[in-house]
Order: sequence, then C-alpha cells, then structure tokens
Amino acid sequence: METFFFVFVATFALGTALAMVLSKNTVNSALFLILHMLSVSGFYLSLNAQFLAVIQILVYAGAIMVLFLFVIMVLNMDEDEQIVTKVDFKQIFAVLVTVIVLAQLLYIVGNFTGALPDFSQQELMAIGTVEAIGDEMFTTFLLPFEATAILLTAAVVGAMLLAQKNVNVEDEIE
Amino acid sequence: MEIINDLLLFLPATIVAIGGLTVMMLDGYKARSRTIYTTTMVFLGIALGVASWDLLMQAPELIFSDMAGAGGTAAFGTFIVVFGTFFTVILTHDYLIGVKHNFPQVYPLLMFCTFGMIVLATANDLVTVFVGLETMSVCLYALAGIIRDKRLGVESALKYFVMGAFSTGFFLYGITLLYGATGSTSLPEIGAYTDGGLIYWGGVSLLLVAFMFKVSAVPFHMWTPDVYTGSPTTITAYMSTAGKTASFVALVLILDRAMPFIATELTATFSIIALLTMILGNAVAMVQDNVKRMLAYSSIAHVGYLFVGLAAGSVAGYSAVLFYLLAYTFMNVGAFGVVAYYEKNHDVHFNNVESYAGLGYQRPIMGVLLSIFLFSLAGIPISAGFNAKYLVFSAGIEAGLVSLVVVGVLASAASAYYYLRVMVYLYFREGKESVSLIEPKKVYSFSLVFLALLTLYFGVVPGGVTEMIYGYFSDSMLTATAP
Amino acid sequence: MIGLELYLGVSAVLFVIGVLGVLIRKNAIVVFMCVELMLSAVNISLVAFSASMGDVHGMILVFFVLCVAAAEACVGLAIVIAIYRNNITADISKINLLRW
Repeated sequence: METFFFVFVATFALGTALAMVLSKNTVNSALFLILHMLSVSGFYLSLNAQFLAVIQILVYAGAIMVLFLFVIMVLNMDEDEQIVTKVDFKQIFAVLVTVIVLAQLLYIVGNFTGALPDFSQQELMAIGTVEAIGDEMFTTFLLPFEATAILLTAAVVGAMLLAQKNVNVEDEIE
Repeated sequence: MEIINDLLLFLPATIVAIGGLTVMMLDGYKARSRTIYTTTMVFLGIALGVASWDLLMQAPELIFSDMAGAGGTAAFGTFIVVFGTFFTVILTHDYLIGVKHNFPQVYPLLMFCTFGMIVLATANDLVTVFVGLETMSVCLYALAGIIRDKRLGVESALKYFVMGAFSTGFFLYGITLLYGATGSTSLPEIGAYTDGGLIYWGGVSLLLVAFMFKVSAVPFHMWTPDVYTGSPTTITAYMSTAGKTASFVALVLILDRAMPFIATELTATFSIIALLTMILGNAVAMVQDNVKRMLAYSSIAHVGYLFVGLAAGSVAGYSAVLFYLLAYTFMNVGAFGVVAYYEKNHDVHFNNVESYAGLGYQRPIMGVLLSIFLFSLAGIPISAGFNAKYLVFSAGIEAGLVSLVVVGVLASAASAYYYLRVMVYLYFREGKESVSLIEPKKVYSFSLVFLALLTLYFGVVPGGVTEMIYGYFSDSMLTATAP
Repeated sequence: MIGLELYLGVSAVLFVIGVLGVLIRKNAIVVFMCVELMLSAVNISLVAFSASMGDVHGMILVFFVLCVAAAEACVGLAIVIAIYRNNITADISKINLLRW
C-alpha cells in the first residue's frame, strides 16, 4: 500500500513538473504547478508531516499560485510561447548543464550511507504535528520566526513600491 | 527574562526593525517625505550609536538559543552594515530627490534590508543565515527597481531577481544536504562533524556556490555589472558595501565555525576563484567607459582580493577579510556618493567617463574627494585600501599562496590604470561644453568628507582595529594555525 | 517503508527539472514558477531527512522556505508588472542576462 502510494505520488509529481516546464501556455503551466504542489503535499503526508502537508496546500496552492494566476490574468499573458523555436547554443548548453547537475545530485544521493536511527511509528507521528513544530518554532527558532515577519512585511512594501501606479513624489524645494 | 536580555544584546537590529515599521506607518498616514527621512535618520543614528557601543564593549556571546551571536564578529558586521546604511540613506535621499524618484517606501525598505543584513551577519545557524539572506535579497530586488519608469531600472531588478532566486534554490539545497549529513543546522554542530562523506561535500559545495553567486565571484558574477549599472547609484553603493559585508561576514562565520577542518581542502578552490575573479574583474574594468560599470567590475575585482583572504584559511586571513570590508565600505560608499552627485545634476546616463572632463575644477571639493576614494580603491599607500590589501596579501603569503599573491599584486597595480583614468578626465581634460554643477547640500558634502577622513585615518593607523578583529577569532578552532 | 534514497532521488530530479525550466523558458512568470518548483523540490528532501532522523528542525526550515517563497513570488510578480507598465515584454531572452 505504502509503495503503491509512493509510486503514484512520485509519478504524479514528476509528470506535473515536466508538464509545467514544457507546456506552451502560461496558464496551463500555473495549473500544472498547482497539481504538482498537491502531489508534494502527498509526499509530506507519507512522511508523517501532517502540518506541513496542510500548509503546503494552503500557502502554495491557495496563496502563491492564486497570485501567479491573478498576475497572468491581469497582464493578459495567455498567448502561446514556442519553447524550442530553433535549436540554439544556449539551450543546448542549458540542457547539458542540467544533465551534469542531475548526474551529480543523483550520484551524491545514491551514495547516501547515513545510518538512520530507529524510531517507532508513534515517535515519528509526533514529529510532524502542530504542537511539535510550534513548540520549537516559538522557543529555539524565535529569531528566524520574527525575522520572517519582517521579511513578509518588506515583500509587501517592496511590491507596493514597484507596482503602484500613480507616481506621487513630493518634490522638495529648499 | 531571557528574551529581554537577548533583545538588549540584539538592540541594533531591533531598533532598525522598529524604525522600519514606524517609517512604514508614517508613510501610511501620508507624512511628509521630510518627516519620513528625519525619522529614518533618527532611528539609524540611535542604531549606529548602539552598534558602536556593542563594537567596543560587548563580549562575544550567543543569543536566541544559539540562533545568533552578539559581540565579536557579529558586532563588527552589525557596525559596518549600520554605518553603511546610515550614510547610504543620507546620499540616497539627496540622489532620489535629484532624479525625482523619492518614494516614501524606499526608507522602510532600506531599514528592513538592514535588519536582514544584521541577522545575516550575526547568524550562528543556517536557518538564520537563510532567513537573513532572503530578507536582504528581497528588499534589494525591490530597491534595484526604484527607477521603475526607465527600462534600465526595471530590467536590472528583473535580472537581479531571476539570478538571486535561482541561487536561493542552490543555497537551500546546500543547507538541506548539510543538514542531512550532519543532522543539525547549527554552525558549531556542523563544525563538530568530521566524517566527510559525499553528501556532506555536496552540501558544502552547493552552499559555497550559492554564496559566490550572492557576492558575485567569477564565474558567478554575470548579473553584477548590469544590476549595478541599472540600479540607482546610491543603492548600488549600498548593495556593494553593506550587502556584500553581510554576505562575507556570514561566509567567514560559516567557514570558521562550520568548516574549520576542511579549510585546507578549500584553499585550492578559493585560490582558483580568487585568481579568476581578480583577473577578470580588473581586465574588464579597464575597457569600461561608463564609470558606474567600471566601479561594478572593480567591485568584482575587490571580491577577488577578499577571496585571497578566504583562501588563506587562517585567522589572519579571516581578520584581514573583515578589515577589508570595513575599509571597502568607507571608500566605496564615498566613491559612489560622488558619482551620484555628478549624475543627479544631469540625467541618469551622465556616467560616461568623457563627460567627467574638467569637472574636477568646478566643485574642487568633490573632485578631491573622488580622487581620495579612487586612490584608496586602487590601493595606493596612506589609504585604507592599501592597508586592507596589505593585510589580505600578507595573510596569503603566510599561508604559502605566493603565486596567487603575486598575481593579486600585479592585478592591483593594473587596476590603478582605470581608477587614475577617471582622475585624468577630471583634471587634465577640457570639458566640451560648460556643465554647471549645483552646490551639494552641506550634509551631503560633510558625510563624504567624513568618509574620506576615515579612509585616510585607517590608511595611517589601522593597528588598533586589526588587533581588535584578531581577538574575535581567539576561540576559533583555527587558532592553532595563527602566528 | 520506502527508503530515504527514493525521496531524495525524486527531490533531486524535481529540482533539476526546475533548473532546466529556469534555463530554457523565456517567459518571466514561468521562470518564477520554475524557481518555486526548485524550492518545493528541496522541501521534499528536507522533510525526508527530518522524518528519517526524527528531528523537527528540518520541518521548521520548510516552514521558513514557504514564507521565503511567498515573499519572493510577491516581489517577483511586482517586478513583472512594473516591466509590463514600461511596455517591455516578459520575455527574458530579450533582456540580455549574460552580457559582458
């Protein structure tokens, strides 16, 4: 059952990721990415990270991707894009680099020999809960957590700075 | 209360963050731009005062459950960042009014960015490094695009964003692999891990590649010239001084605390990076006619010199890097400040070296200041730049990297060509048409004069500071290799 | 129980698909989406390590990555809007990324 679930989720995740990269239409890409995010939260569930699985769907599919789709719609960007117009040097180079990176990463991962401690299912279930994460978040990780608050505020201010329409600058004369 | 104590030790960052939020609210209530600027300066002034006090008095200590540090290198990095920001804001205010893009949102963003830089420079955990780095980067992406109705401005923001976000992915992968190999994200705990193993090395290399992206070392420098040219000039100064300082301090901390046992293995890699960066940065800077672009390539070259210090992999090398960052902040903020002054009297494209012809006599003080800063950047004696280079190169010699240092000295000598070229235009060429420069504001020229004095001061008596920096690494695991 | 290597392998492949997308796609928004793909691919690795070690820190880092991804998307899309306002295309191959 577990193996079946993994194979299903992995196939789904890889398929949607490839479809996202290769689909010509921007809207389709965004929709495939949403499907991909759903499958990633499937991974989280199978790894006993319940809280993150929920957050993944809420934040990625619910917030980030809606923002993407919204901008695509606002900018009316639904024309198709030829991905491979002509085979140019840069794209071959890109694919080459990618293959090398992939080979290296898989080699590294394949040689993973970390001896993993044994945990009972009970203990594993307890890691991914809201309590476990919240507990650490507000004690050990308090500083990064508060810094994230500033990060998100800064992102909103930055987006306002870049995207507001009316240029309303007070010229100072002294 | 432990948290109150931690906050007190983290006071510069706290003040800057509260200041940023205050300024943001002021903007929300439609305060005048003068009020916003003044409030920003007040908060930054207090933060600078606290940072200086910390720098002199605070003993090294870990705060926030070992997430960050206070005192020592952390206080040093915080001081440089807040100092750089303080002067950047003075220059930016004037510059943005000059080019008519004085948006009130710029000031809270600069404060938030400074907060991110402080978090990055004080981090003692890869999670903190990640959050600090991203806070800084997200703000810088937005700041790069302030001049958003000009093609160059938004293009540079897009380039910066794409490259930055791309490197973030690699940075995160590096953290993940290190976490998987060592079971921790804390720098000392990673440093205690000595087993090596492929996944560890994969993590180390991805992390370093991402850092090289962020500090623009060759071959990951390609975004730098365009972004530095397209951004508002004073923001470029900010990116290249405060931003680079924060990244380099974090890199030094990671190397010192998390990878002390592999410092010797990394020497070869860092030497190659330093070699490429010095040669390419200086060579391409020579053929640039745009002064801003020339300074962008020169900042790449300076990253090369800094990497010589990292390649040394010793306490001497790391403290030389920290001193270099301090000196570089003085002179580069100053140099960009004068360039911004020349630029805002005309249009945004007034950066060609030929249009500087004869300007040295128009406002003598600005010409002299630019000459001082450029002399220092070139590393001519009696300037902070000379001492910084001297320290970095002598650390390299101590570590036995003689041929690398020889190349560095030659590259540095060659760099005098393009710095002096600007001065030749300033003083020895006739201007084609008469360009009239308006008188700079008093506070503008005063801050530049102050920076120039600091540049000269640290050129004459660097002793006290270098010893202070040396003391930061007293409990370093590398101490054994120090002289 | 599925081995840790399988999760790491899938995560590496997804990451590389994201890298490929960033390198070959021209539309800026799709490039941003590929960056999001890279980040979420790394998250799978993090959660897998975290679960296998019985350590919650990796999962907390995932939480921070989600915040960073949201912030980056926010600023990145604002940049795209600013570019459209200037009647420049979102085709990043027309904006020279690799220039001397």
